[in-house]
Amino acid sequence: MMLRGLWKLTWIEIKVFMREPMGAFGTIGVPVLIFLVLGRLANNRLASPSLVVSSFSRAGVPVLMAILIAISSVLSLVTIISIYREGGILKRLRATPLRPQTILTAHVIVKLLLTAATLGLMLLAGKRYIPSGVHVPWFSFTVALLISTWSILSIGFIIASIVPTARFAQPIGAVILYPMIAVSGLFVPIEYMPPALHAVAQVLPLTYAVRLLQGIWNGDPWSAHMSDVGALALLFLVCTALSAKIFRWE
Amino acid sequence: MPPVIQASGVRKTYGRTVAVDEASFEVNEGEIFGLIGPNGAGKTTTMECIEGLRKPDRGTIAVLGLDPFRQVYKLQNRIGVQLQQAQLQKRIKVWEAVDLWASLYQKKEVNGEHLLEQLGLTDKRNAWFMNLSGGQKQRLFIALALINDPEVVFLDELTTGLDPQARRAIWDLVRGIRERGKTVFLTTHLMEEAERLCDRVAIMEHGRIIDIDTPGGLVARHCPERTVILETDVLSAAERFKKISGIVSVTTIDNRITIRGASEDLVTEVIDCLSENKIRVTDFRTILPNLEDVFLKLTGHSIRD
Repeated sequence: MMLRGLWKLTWIEIKVFMREPMGAFGTIGVPVLIFLVLGRLANNRLASPSLVVSSFSRAGVPVLMAILIAISSVLSLVTIISIYREGGILKRLRATPLRPQTILTAHVIVKLLLTAATLGLMLLAGKRYIPSGVHVPWFSFTVALLISTWSILSIGFIIASIVPTARFAQPIGAVILYPMIAVSGLFVPIEYMPPALHAVAQVLPLTYAVRLLQGIWNGDPWSAHMSDVGALALLFLVCTALSAKIFRWE
Repeated sequence: MPPVIQASGVRKTYGRTVAVDEASFEVNEGEIFGLIGPNGAGKTTTMECIEGLRKPDRGTIAVLGLDPFRQVYKLQNRIGVQLQQAQLQKRIKVWEAVDLWASLYQKKEVNGEHLLEQLGLTDKRNAWFMNLSGGQKQRLFIALALINDPEVVFLDELTTGLDPQARRAIWDLVRGIRERGKTVFLTTHLMEEAERLCDRVAIMEHGRIIDIDTPGGLVARHCPERTVILETDVLSAAERFKKISGIVSVTTIDNRITIRGASEDLVTEVIDCLSENKIRVTDFRTILPNLEDVFLKLTGHSIRD
């Protein structure tokens, strides 16, 4: 019975999201476009197989884009939850036999589907920029991104619990999440960071997401990244437990 | 038959503000019961405690024999709720909302399309929520509150912000709910709404319930005084009216006579007196007390203040 409600709610949330004028284009279209532009720039500079092309595929553009997709999903969740709270939509749903966790689960499913769809489109559209010799583990990479997104979504619930109004949801979320990329090891390997930043990087979840995504993209087996998956799972558990305590429905 | 809703000694505080203070009342099966009072009196908090959305600090509540807080999911299958100032997803279609709500309840399903038709929303079934008018939104919320064929329906400030025409249409719908044998619990700060709709009302102010009765009963107990104002050239008329039983005062200013009396038959007796004595009048008006006056009498201020 509740599964039927979950499925209906998820499907309606997908439809409602696709009807947002900026919803589909902003969250799906923009990352795909950026990826294509970056790929083109890399290809035009030098004839392949060049250093730049290999850096495009190896040194992090796909991983950066994947992280951006994850963050944009999380920001979208934070915004929607705060709009729903402000408008009394969450409260109205809670006044039905729907369990609160069912309502939030529906939103998590929508965001994970969105993440997978965006990543799929991006990789499909940018396939030609990836040198033919490079093997890309598409499936594992998608799974790795979904694990990362799921984990970061739990931070999204905490942000959604503390933002005062829907108007602040997007900016506050962005200020919390985007700077994490800088110290995630994506641009500067963590080993080269000053000790203080190194310590910060160790406690930030994006660090583990980046390491997992980079490793999987470069062909590492899952067994080499169990500690990263474990860290992301731990983050998920801690943040979910915390947001269950502080989450406000109205 | 036990009451559908029993509340006794319900108290709810937010910080140092006492929102509901020792509220006790009962709602019987098949009646429209109104909780009336100004904004901020504690009506919504009281209602949300009964619906299981809030936990009272003290007191006991039973709805259909269930504890609304501990047995909230069981209860929510049997009640219908319309919340004050609720919204839906901006771009959800009317039929999608009804379809979603229908999927959430265990009970025998009400035909959603039939419900939309009854509420005059059939031609809006594909419209987005954000494009509905205030009255249409409220009718949709009534549809959602009725989708599980509930035994008790809760309506919180149902007609606030609607124009008089839409308001009257909604009143008819609420009477229709009662005719189907359901119990209705509503809150309103509109005395006219309470007077026309409710079988019984509880007057609430500053979190306390001051009195409970039928609208007529409250008026009869607290403001029994009726007034007849008439204009006549017959100057001796005033003396005759003073002989009517239960008369409180008769005052004459120029040719206008104001007659106040506590008797229910005041108007009839004035008319009898006029015809017996063949007194010619050029104007005749009555002022009958209503809930508004009861509220003023009980609280010392108007509900609009």
